[in-house]
Amino acid sequence: MEIVILLSVVPDTTVRVRLTEEGLPELSQVPLVINPWDELALTRALELKEDPASGVEKVTVLHAGPATHDAVLRKALAMGAGEAVRIDRDPQDAWEAATLLAEYLKEHAYDLVLAGVESSDYNGAATGLLTAGLADIPSVAAVSYVEVKEGEILFTRDLEGGREQVRMDAPVLAVVQKGIAREPRMPSMRGIMMARRMPITVVTPAQSKPLTRTVRFEMPPPKPPCKMVPADEPEKILDLLEQEAKVIRF
Amino acid sequence: MSLLIFADNHNGHFPKHARELISYGRRMAEDLNTQTIVLVTGALSDEELLLPGKYGAHRVLVADDPRFEVLDHKLYTALIEQVVSEKGVTHLLFSYSPAGKALAPLAAARLQAGYVSAVTGLPENYDPFTVRKMIFSGKVFASVEISTEKKVITLAPNAWKEEILGEAVEPEKVSFAGLPQPVTDRLSLERHEGRIMLTDADIVISGGRGMQNAENFRLLEELAGLLGGAVACTRPVSDEGWRPPEEHAGQTGKIIAPDLYFAFGISGAIQHLAGVSGSKVIAAVNKDPDAPIFEAADYGIVGDALEVLPRLIEEVKKRKAARNR
Repeated sequence: MEIVILLSVVPDTTVRVRLTEEGLPELSQVPLVINPWDELALTRALELKEDPASGVEKVTVLHAGPATHDAVLRKALAMGAGEAVRIDRDPQDAWEAATLLAEYLKEHAYDLVLAGVESSDYNGAATGLLTAGLADIPSVAAVSYVEVKEGEILFTRDLEGGREQVRMDAPVLAVVQKGIAREPRMPSMRGIMMARRMPITVVTPAQSKPLTRTVRFEMPPPKPPCKMVPADEPEKILDLLEQEAKVIRF
Repeated sequence: MSLLIFADNHNGHFPKHARELISYGRRMAEDLNTQTIVLVTGALSDEELLLPGKYGAHRVLVADDPRFEVLDHKLYTALIEQVVSEKGVTHLLFSYSPAGKALAPLAAARLQAGYVSAVTGLPENYDPFTVRKMIFSGKVFASVEISTEKKVITLAPNAWKEEILGEAVEPEKVSFAGLPQPVTDRLSLERHEGRIMLTDADIVISGGRGMQNAENFRLLEELAGLLGGAVACTRPVSDEGWRPPEEHAGQTGKIIAPDLYFAFGISGAIQHLAGVSGSKVIAAVNKDPDAPIFEAADYGIVGDALEVLPRLIEEVKKRKAARNR
C-alpha cells in the first residue's frame, strides 16, 4: 500500500504579519515550514508504515511549488518520507494547486492520499477536496484518526456534535485535522544525513490557471484597549457585560 | 441565475449556522435580484421544514431518504450537481460546518467554479464578485475575487445574524433516482448528547492551564450553567485530559465566534486566539498582567481565576434570584 501526502509549504505561522507599502503581506524574512496539518498527516503516515500489520510500504510527499521549497521537502524526507515529488510551478490559488496535484495523481498509483484541512497562511481549506474532485477520487473529510488493518482503511471523522467511524475502499483521499497525530515527528540526525543525499523528483506541470485572485489585503482595525476591572471587585465585570456590552442577562 | 443554500440537517433540526446562512443567502439574492433555493437532506418534521421560508428561502427542496443519513461525498456532490443543473444555480452557499467544508470544494471542482471559504459578510462587489475573508489565522483581511460564472462560498461562523425575512413555503421533494451508490460505510456513531454545542453557543466559558486541574473546571461548568453557555478549553487542557478534545477551542481545535468568550486562566497563545478572535466580546481573568489575552480582550481582571470564579458565581446567583423575585 502506498500513501501520498499533499504537502503545502507555508511561512512559519507563529510570526506577526505586516503589510508592505504596496499592501502585500511582508513575508520575505519569514522562514518557510511544512504546513502544520500536513506535517501531522505525514507523521501518521510514517507511523502506519512502521507498523508491519498495516501493509503500508511507501510514503510519498507531493508538492506544487518553486525550487526554493526544496529545503522544506528535504525535511519531509528527513522525517522518513521515501520520496518527495515537486511539481515545478508556484500555484496562485487552491484551484491551480489542486489542478496540478490532480493531474499528477491521475497518472500515478497510490492507495491513500492525506491532506491537511487547511494551510496556515491563506486558510483556504480547499486544496485537498478540490484535488479529490478534480482527480475523481472518493474522499472523506474532518478525519481525526486513520487506521490501516490488513488492507482495510478505517477513518474516524468528526461530525457536528459527535463522531463516527467509517470504512472506505482504496483509493481514497482523506482531509485530516486535529487528532490525526499527537505531535509532529522530529527528524533524527541519521534521517537528516540520509535526506541530504536523496533526490527530489521534479515534475513538469500540467496546464493550470487560478480561478480566484486576492485583490486587496488589509489589517484589521486596532482594537480599543482592554477595560480593566480591579481584582477586589470582580463583580463589576458582570455590570459591564450586562449593561455596556449587552452579552449576558440574569 | 439562482442561489442555492445547502442547509445542514443536524439530527432533524437546522443548526444556528444553517438558519444564519439562509438569512444571509436571502440578502445576497435580493442584491442579485434572484431567488433563494434551500436544499436539505434527510428527515425533518413538518414544523421544522417551515423554518427555511421564514428565514428567507423562496423554495425548499428536500431529499429525504435513509441513504442520506451518512455524509457520502459522491452521493451528496451528485445531488448538488443535479439541483444546480435543473435550477440554473449560479451561486452556491454552504455553512463553515464539517459537512459544508467538505461539500463546497467538491461541488466547486465538479462545476469548475471558483471557491472561497469562510467569508465574513456580503460581497464587497458583485461584478467582479469579491468577498472578504480572514487569512493568517485572523491576522489579516483579504478581499478575494472569483472570476468564474458559478461561485461557491462558505460563510464564516457567526458572520451573520438569523432574521425573519419571509413566510413558510411548501417543501418540494427532489428526485434522487439517478444518484450514485454511497461508498462510505459507517461502522459506528457516537453523539455528544445533552450539551449546548460549542459552535452553537452564544456564551462560552473557557479555561486554560490557570485552572490548575480537571476538578476546578466544575466552577466553569457552574458559571456556564448559570449564564446558559457552553464550556471550552485550551489545547494544553485537552492534551492533559482535563477536558474532552471536542471542547478544545483554537486554531487546531474548534473555531468559535460566540457573543461572549469568557477566558479564565488562559494566557492567549496565538494559536488559541486564532480560534476565538471572531467572538463579539472577549472577557479575561488572568494572574499575569502582560498575558497576550489582554491584548485581544475587551474586559479584563488581573487576578487568580480560582479566586474570581466563586465570587462571580455567587454574584450571578444573587442577581438571578433578585430578578426572579
